[in-house]
Amino acid sequence: MKKILPFVLLAGFLAVSCSKQEPVTELRFWAMGAEGEKVKALIPGFEKENPGVKVNVQMIPWTAAHEKLVTAVASGTEPDLSQLGNTWIPEFVALESLMGLDSLTSRSADAAEDRFFPGVLATNRLDGVLYGIPWYVDTRVMFYRKDVFRKAGYDHPPKTWAELRDLCEKIKKQNPKNFAVYLPANEWAHFITFGLQAGSPILKDQDSRGAFSDPEYKKAFTFLMGFLYDSLAPPRFTDVTNVYQAMEQGYFSIYMSGPWNIPEFKKRLPAHLQDEWMTAPLPGPEGQYPGASLAGGSSLVMFKNSKHPGLTWKLIGYLSRTSVQLEFFNLSGDLPSVKEAWQDSVFLADKYLQAFRSQLDNVKSTPKIPEWEQIAFSRVQTFTEMTVARKLTIDETVYQLDESVNQILEKRRWYLQKTGKVKP
Amino acid sequence: MSRIRTRSRWSSVVIFLGPALGAIGIFFVLPVLAAFIMSFTDFDIYSLGNWEYARFVGLANYSKLLDNPVFWQALKNTFYFVLIGGPLSIAVSLMAAMMLNSPLTRLRSTFRVVYFLPVVTTLVAVAVIWRYIYHPKFGLLNYFLSFFDVSPVDWLGDPVWAMPALILMAVWKNFGYNMIIFIAGLQNIPRDLYESAMIEGASPWQQFRYITLPMLAPTTVFITLMTIIGYFQFFAEPYVMTQGGPLNQTLSIVLYMYQEGFRWWNMGFSAAVAFVLFLIIFLATALQMRLQKESTH
Repeated sequence: MKKILPFVLLAGFLAVSCSKQEPVTELRFWAMGAEGEKVKALIPGFEKENPGVKVNVQMIPWTAAHEKLVTAVASGTEPDLSQLGNTWIPEFVALESLMGLDSLTSRSADAAEDRFFPGVLATNRLDGVLYGIPWYVDTRVMFYRKDVFRKAGYDHPPKTWAELRDLCEKIKKQNPKNFAVYLPANEWAHFITFGLQAGSPILKDQDSRGAFSDPEYKKAFTFLMGFLYDSLAPPRFTDVTNVYQAMEQGYFSIYMSGPWNIPEFKKRLPAHLQDEWMTAPLPGPEGQYPGASLAGGSSLVMFKNSKHPGLTWKLIGYLSRTSVQLEFFNLSGDLPSVKEAWQDSVFLADKYLQAFRSQLDNVKSTPKIPEWEQIAFSRVQTFTEMTVARKLTIDETVYQLDESVNQILEKRRWYLQKTGKVKP
Repeated sequence: MSRIRTRSRWSSVVIFLGPALGAIGIFFVLPVLAAFIMSFTDFDIYSLGNWEYARFVGLANYSKLLDNPVFWQALKNTFYFVLIGGPLSIAVSLMAAMMLNSPLTRLRSTFRVVYFLPVVTTLVAVAVIWRYIYHPKFGLLNYFLSFFDVSPVDWLGDPVWAMPALILMAVWKNFGYNMIIFIAGLQNIPRDLYESAMIEGASPWQQFRYITLPMLAPTTVFITLMTIIGYFQFFAEPYVMTQGGPLNQTLSIVLYMYQEGFRWWNMGFSAAVAFVLFLIIFLATALQMRLQKESTH
């Protein structure tokens, strides 16, 4: 009898585990960082509406996300859907792994195209095909000190480049030891933003050559370098170790940053300054307000390999519903990509979010090619740092930047030829 | 009869060596060969999606590499690290080992553990602490230097000081390992050599120069070899502390390879960097073996 016991147990175990196998459809959903944690709370709602469906959310840290996704695509183990930073979409389109969504959006109420901010939606469209649905949005506005502005004679945030320059000079005059604006050379975003504002396409010829030495980018670059060369912005970004402290001390009074800094400013600025900081949309070149900012954020994408495209699309629709978007905002603080959600009282009551709402009407995309991040981090940033350190002049920088970027893009020019995508 | 014996001998060879050789073949030889072939192509993100978008480019990756100022900068930084950090690390290890081996030292095993601790601590944790130490405003190092009227240095942000700062940290992190090997070497030197030298009136320096150093020669060769090979693969320190900055002053060859390969997915180019690094380490090792042979003859 003793000898039989293990077999009886085994058989019992097998029977139990077999009987549990109801027809459950499993959707694999990858989400990054904090979003990966927060989105789990939204899933039960979807599972209740769709009995027999189980959504398996896997959280991936941001630092490992890119590598993990590329590896998954290379080995054919992609999930059904994933969160994807919208600057990463071109890369996965080049990998030929994302599903085009146009036929789906036209028949959907929750994820219809006109529900999203056009500038953000555009980051998901490559060569006329839509590959992602904006999940949450992200852009940079100006955080500033009202009291410092007042002392400099400004009762409103600057609306034009000329005003920005004038304001900074006046702030500097108040206290020559301090600076006015923070333009860290190791953040390409500022430089690209102003380039886009000046009308530079950043890259030209179907994004196969640099446009840095063209007049538009050069104008913006010269304008920004003026702040650094004239000590209106701290020339060495390493001098600033704590942005909040620097804002508090008035080391600088203008800082361009994203929504994640609203709670930080509330938490880290002392009580007597809590009524003295504000957000405002970015200034623009003459006659353009707000000036353009970057269209950031994350999208939801479907992979071609997905075994359940219908259900996956249903989940994307669910996450795009106004009520779910609002719930997600409450959980994560990520700004809704759906315009309608912004009419909720939460947003109308929050004075800091107003600037983001107006800014989102004028956001632009960085070049939509897989090489963009390499160009931005390893070229734009490096060359800008060298200009700030005065190892290169402005003219040298823009020409060498073009040359260097054109080298990276050699493959892209060949690829366009080979795939017959070159437009006449 | 003899045939059966050879066959059984062959089968035992296969049985005993096969698994190990198979594993080495699949997980080492094959990837190395694949990487070598890849270094002659422009394999990148486009090719990962579709093999047709990879081109055989011959030696173009290698020539592009030699034309690239960033590569030379990385090479310079790596040599800087190896040539300054390597000898420094060995000297510190030897000094620590001598002190711990001295009969006058108390609490020897305690200090041995203390000095060895950084070796087994994970680098990321260590990096967090060292970033505090190097902090330009609130760091311990600048605080200490302020007693000597040295104005604050931005250790990790200053192009001149970033590399020395990383070397200091790397030496502190690694010297314990070599120290243990040196202690073992020191303990193998017969006591009577020192006793007879003392009777002959040799000074401590003479004892060190004419007994300790020559007797330690084999240990030193081993340590130098391993240190140089290890230091050429300088990666983790700049990866967690500076990401190669400021102005690429702490970009090492391996970090450059990693960035090109796994951040920008220029796999072909990155493979070429790997083989150049292999060649450098190979030459450095060969040179060292040669020097060692000449000095013992």
